[in-house]
Amino acid sequence: MNWMMIDTWTVIAGMLSALSCALLGNFLVLRRMSLMGDAISHAVLPGLAIAFFVTGTRDSFPMFLGASVVGVATAVFTQWISHFGKVEEGAAMGVVFTTLFAIGLILIVHAADHVDLDPGCVLYGTLALTPLNTTTVWGFDVPRVVVSLGAVLALNAITLSLLYKEFKISAFDPDLSTTLGIHSGLMHYLLMGLVAVTTVASFESVGSILVIAMLIVPGAAAFMFTDRLPVMIGLSLVIAVLCAGFGHLGAIVVPGWFGFEGTSTSSAGMMAVVAGLIFVVAVVAAPRYGIVTKFVHRWQISMTILREDILGLIYRLEEHDVTGPTVVPGMLKDAMGVNQLYSKFSLWSLARAGQLRRKDDGAYRITSDGRDSARLLVRSHRLWETYLHHHLHLAPDHVHPTAEQLEHITDARMREELEVDTDQPSKDPHGREIPRT
Amino acid sequence: MLEWPPWDEVASILMLRDYNTRIVVIGASLLGLGGGVIGTFMLLRKRALMSDVISHATLPGIGFAFLIMTAAGGTGKSLAGLLIGALISGTIGMGAVLLIRAQTRLKEDAVLGVVLSVFFGLGVVIMRIIQNTDMGHAAGLESFIYGKTASMLASDVYWIAIAAAIITAICALLYKEFELLCFDQDFAGSLGWRVHLMDAMMMGLVVAITVIGLQAVGLILIIALLIIPPAAARFWTHHLLQMLMISAFIGAASCLLGSLASALPPRLNGESMRLPAGATIVVFAAAFFLVSMVFGTAHGMLRRWIERFSLSRKISQQHLLRMLYEAHHGETAQRVSDPTPLSVCLPRDFLLENSTWSSGQLHGILAALRRKGEIKEPGGNMFCLTESGIRTAARVVRNHRLWEVYLVRYADIAPFHVDYSADQIEHVLGDELVAGLDRVLQSDHPGLVIPESPHPLPYGAASSAPTVGTSS
Repeated sequence: MNWMMIDTWTVIAGMLSALSCALLGNFLVLRRMSLMGDAISHAVLPGLAIAFFVTGTRDSFPMFLGASVVGVATAVFTQWISHFGKVEEGAAMGVVFTTLFAIGLILIVHAADHVDLDPGCVLYGTLALTPLNTTTVWGFDVPRVVVSLGAVLALNAITLSLLYKEFKISAFDPDLSTTLGIHSGLMHYLLMGLVAVTTVASFESVGSILVIAMLIVPGAAAFMFTDRLPVMIGLSLVIAVLCAGFGHLGAIVVPGWFGFEGTSTSSAGMMAVVAGLIFVVAVVAAPRYGIVTKFVHRWQISMTILREDILGLIYRLEEHDVTGPTVVPGMLKDAMGVNQLYSKFSLWSLARAGQLRRKDDGAYRITSDGRDSARLLVRSHRLWETYLHHHLHLAPDHVHPTAEQLEHITDARMREELEVDTDQPSKDPHGREIPRT
Repeated sequence: MLEWPPWDEVASILMLRDYNTRIVVIGASLLGLGGGVIGTFMLLRKRALMSDVISHATLPGIGFAFLIMTAAGGTGKSLAGLLIGALISGTIGMGAVLLIRAQTRLKEDAVLGVVLSVFFGLGVVIMRIIQNTDMGHAAGLESFIYGKTASMLASDVYWIAIAAAIITAICALLYKEFELLCFDQDFAGSLGWRVHLMDAMMMGLVVAITVIGLQAVGLILIIALLIIPPAAARFWTHHLLQMLMISAFIGAASCLLGSLASALPPRLNGESMRLPAGATIVVFAAAFFLVSMVFGTAHGMLRRWIERFSLSRKISQQHLLRMLYEAHHGETAQRVSDPTPLSVCLPRDFLLENSTWSSGQLHGILAALRRKGEIKEPGGNMFCLTESGIRTAARVVRNHRLWEVYLVRYADIAPFHVDYSADQIEHVLGDELVAGLDRVLQSDHPGLVIPESPHPLPYGAASSAPTVGTSS
């Protein structure tokens, strides 16, 4: 692999575009308008074509202007159709952007007789050709795209930091922002305008796939990690940079892994794929909201409950005059329907916590520590039964299942309140003694 | 100069004499029909943009299928193979959406956007590899993105016809199930139906039509065939069956017109315009949508506008009648035994001063009431209620006061505050409701027809009204 100046510029261009998009994307994800980026990026096609027809050149500025106007118009039309026509917003968006895209295709096919204006380059971009078209900034040869993308990034960053509070409040609570005198509709169209400008500026170099991917994926992935907006924005920017770097690297290297040596592929496409991989990692492993994290958390809770139930079982056995009851893993299957593996594990971990003691024959016996926690648990259980019977008037034979669940989430303070509410009873509704602490 | 094609050509196209045209037109229309039917269910389930995701997600499948078939030694252009690839990756994309939506805190739109862009990015990566390795014969794959309606083959049309037939048949067989799934999923579940299975079947049909349609109109415009016809049909009806038929009709008609127009393009400056069929079809569908949105008989803007306009006219007229009536009878109650009041007159200036109408609006209202025979103008800018006007006005006043009585008694609203809300509701009280209110009134005051006003009238009672009297 040869890394050249060209590659550096490509990565920089991709990175600038990804950063501009990711900044806005956070707010799109929060406002539940992610697909507006998709719609706008398809719909700007007629804007490009009309600008070409009017000016007759492929100059950047008129194209930029035309596309931005149509981009904002997409948002406005969608709003109109869903408001005046009472059409669901998603469907309204679908109607608008497919229609504009079709009109754009017709116009472009017509224009293509005269000039190389190809819908393909809108979709895929020509990131690889980026460095060829340069301009001079302070004496350096810099690709033109890098300059324009840098300007767009600056525009987005400045607008968002100046109006940070306004964007934040109208993203989370549009009604509150309206009552505070911040026009949430205006913020909506301002955001749409920025999306349109960013989309258009990114087209030429990175194409619309990357725009859509970068508008949505970094923000969505960051959203999995945190509940705080500044953290979310920071994370999304990091993800954007990672996508740009690894995307281009991947475009050069990855085809070789599959037997296509010496072939590179679309950097923009690969950046989207990298974004997808990062997203998958976020969805699976994010602390707190990741799928695996949630699963592990649930599993931990269920193990805690199982351990408490085992202690409770032993305590009740002792109550029934079984002296020095012992527990073996197989017993738990009959008593609680727990499989062998879980039983072994929970008994082992109870022993490790010093609440049970393993004897030489493999059976477990309760320690005085364990008996203390078991007593508290059974006390909570029977206090709850009393409470449910007295205050909620449940029949004594109906209180057990509910108490069985509540006993595990009852802490010392709640137990005290229960004692007060139930007048320090000594017996539960079944007539069993409530153990004292 | 815009010039239309010569008549011979038009006739030969319209009569479908040309084999190619016939294939294209029939294929496209069937596709529109199938898209319109299954799209209706998607729209009602608020899943319209799901088709967007599915269609974008087919691209990597097409690329993989091509690579695998090439590696296996074929040309890689077997249509069935490519479509199977598309089917598989489209289904995976759909599954990814459902899975991520169920398992994470992300909202629907973000999930759709993520899956769409990542799958499409992957598709582009594979496509670019295919192009760059110079497999030479890969050019045709592009047509999946933009479509190649004009060069449809007879075999494509068979596929489309089969798919459209299957979709229509399944929708007909499962009509009741799909209907309930759209309108009340929880109820369907409570009946013991396997909601997820039906849902999967519906989505499967969408994947099928999308994959078939890729060939014809391309992956971006197939979305339009699934969204626009149903959205347009919704404006015309409140019934699912009718909506399905209208949507299928609009889908088929726009495909028919679009492919015909692209087969006979008008000439601009002597040069034949090139109209890509897929795009032209979508533009026709959009035109149908626009017309439906404005003129639709169930939800159309025009209809709703007219309804609102006529309601506000009716309200103004009733307010004026009430004003004339109350100026005579004031706040007093009226019993059944009371004689029908004689004609009541007020000068125009009084009406203008005590209302918010402009002079022009007042003129319009008075003219309309005169046409209906509710008031007459004996001259001198005086306006009087006629016999039928008095009856109408008495009814409006009665509704107004009944509602006021109800609010004061049951909603515990102070008498001074009831006027405004009664003002709004008096016009829309149904007969049954009035009868109910009347029962409440009769139990308190037997024999009373119009209860007395619980508050002083804004423009004074009869005594302060300038000219109240009889007119010959």
